[in-house]
Amino acid sequence: MSAIAHRRSPALNVIIWGFVLLWIVAAGFPFLWTLWGSFKVQSDFFSKADWTNALYGVRTQIETGGSFTGKGYFGAWVTNEFWVAALNTGIVVVSVVVISLTLGTLGGYALARSGKKYAFYLLMLALVFRAMPHITLVSGYLLPFFEWNLWGHLPTAIIVMVAINQPFTLWMLHSFFLNIPKDLDESAMVDGCTRFQAFRHVIVPVMWPGVITTGLFSFLLAYNDFTVTATLLSQANQTMVPKIASFLGTTQTEGNVMFAVAAVVSATAPLFVLVLFFQRQIVSGLTAGAVKG
Amino acid sequence: MKNRTFFWFILPSLITMLLFIALPIVSVFVQSLHIEHEAVLTEVENCGPFGCTQELQINVEETQKLKDERPLGQFNGFGTYTNRNHLAFAEISQAWQSREGIGDFFSQALNLPFYRALAFTLAYTFVVTPLVLILGFLIALGVNSLPKRIKGPTIFISLLPMIVTPLIGSLILFWMIDAQGVLGATLQNLFDDPSLSLKASPTLTWIMLMVYGVWHSAPFAFIVFYAGLQTVPADTMEAAMIDGASRWERTRYVVLPHLMPLTVFITLIQLMDNFRVFEPIVGFSAQASATSLSWIIFNDLAGSEGQFFGSAGATSVLTILGVGILLIPVLIRTWRDFNRKVV
Repeated sequence: MSAIAHRRSPALNVIIWGFVLLWIVAAGFPFLWTLWGSFKVQSDFFSKADWTNALYGVRTQIETGGSFTGKGYFGAWVTNEFWVAALNTGIVVVSVVVISLTLGTLGGYALARSGKKYAFYLLMLALVFRAMPHITLVSGYLLPFFEWNLWGHLPTAIIVMVAINQPFTLWMLHSFFLNIPKDLDESAMVDGCTRFQAFRHVIVPVMWPGVITTGLFSFLLAYNDFTVTATLLSQANQTMVPKIASFLGTTQTEGNVMFAVAAVVSATAPLFVLVLFFQRQIVSGLTAGAVKG
Repeated sequence: MKNRTFFWFILPSLITMLLFIALPIVSVFVQSLHIEHEAVLTEVENCGPFGCTQELQINVEETQKLKDERPLGQFNGFGTYTNRNHLAFAEISQAWQSREGIGDFFSQALNLPFYRALAFTLAYTFVVTPLVLILGFLIALGVNSLPKRIKGPTIFISLLPMIVTPLIGSLILFWMIDAQGVLGATLQNLFDDPSLSLKASPTLTWIMLMVYGVWHSAPFAFIVFYAGLQTVPADTMEAAMIDGASRWERTRYVVLPHLMPLTVFITLIQLMDNFRVFEPIVGFSAQASATSLSWIIFNDLAGSEGQFFGSAGATSVLTILGVGILLIPVLIRTWRDFNRKVV
């Protein structure tokens, strides 16, 4: 097609560029601002007199002698033991991703290959389960967990999050397995493999792109969760997000809000890295469900 | 696939879902029919220099024993559902009888905790969802017409609001719109009103939460629409051009119909996610002016006054019913599509 047909009027160009630029600022600026501000003192980050104080760190210079300070980070990570929460988050996230992918690949494969009516019903059921607000489920767990002394431990939160994650994992992996030609595992079975052997030796080697994409979303769900971790974990086992929430409740005094700001920046950093390296997979994962309906 | 093999493959996944999604729904319902034990009162004789008096005292030991024996509490039927904190039948009918106009009735009803939360939840869901669709579509159109080299970085930045933890995202915005934060202070200067605070007014709080919701979810709609734009059939586009369709007409009659199935998908996901709005209320500490259904359940479970399982259960059941109503159109549609495929 000729480029002339696609040429836009200058006015339209200005509108498009202006709009995209506006969106980029709205999407990116808050993160940049908070990152920059996390190295200042509170009276700079929350500066009533002049917002440029936060840029140059006027009060920071007076209070600490330099225009940047790591006090917030020191307070959060060392004084308030944010590293424990980070460690807990690490344990929870890795376990949730590994377990839900293991269960999800088996289930998703079965759903993709079944072709029976009940497989469809199961998918519909999963959709209904996906829609359940997490807090309604949590309110069902609390009392039994208290009674059986399961409350407060990391494994409890992990298995609950695996379960909450399953409907989504099943849907996504199901649609990925539909894309792997049936002939592949069926020919293996003609050669005498059992269904499981065919899965193990033929499907597993080719399923990794789909599994990695699904894994990313399981990671995000576990990492970003507040509802489950805030209600099912004891103080000692808290992960990062509820820990940040508890910073807010207890630290309205001078200086301590900066602990929360530093913690927030620390917790966002891994997500940045994730998007940086896996942008393509995240985009393809978001669209996989949509394009195939 | 044989039924037996299917069963073994799906079993682990099914067990976790039944144990931790289906059973809790049953458990929530059972809980909602019960209510906390009343404290056991015993009559004690209190003798002082001026004679003896009979006094009722809370028997802590007995109360604890009762709690240990039957942790669920006492059976209350649907009492919790109809009390003031939930459907509030008595209060509603009273408000209806004593109303001075329909507006007065609504303002009375919206003072009840459940209806207040329901109102915000519905408003949030039905304002944010269409705005997310529109903004996402516009961004997708905009980014799609950028030069190839800057598309990548643009998508990277666009993904951030969606990828970031909801609680953290709302905190970041909250700090900026704080009266002393960069946006809050600038707005005060702009309107020359030092008492202007986005946190103080209920209306502004609602708007703020919805703006956050759109900011958080627009990237999702954007990415899906953007992927859809890559598959717009070139032939149809060319044909429309030859027929003399303007840019606007091409967008309206070729691109939009092509993206329709995606719109349905995004709407479905957004309705489900927005209906459980919760973290922004915690992040913005907005509970004074806006509460959602999820938030009042959380408050019953983790609030400062103790845990009310019965109350949380009743709200949960009502919320689940709400989700069911939201999902019915989708389920019917999918059902029809499936049956058509099979036949």
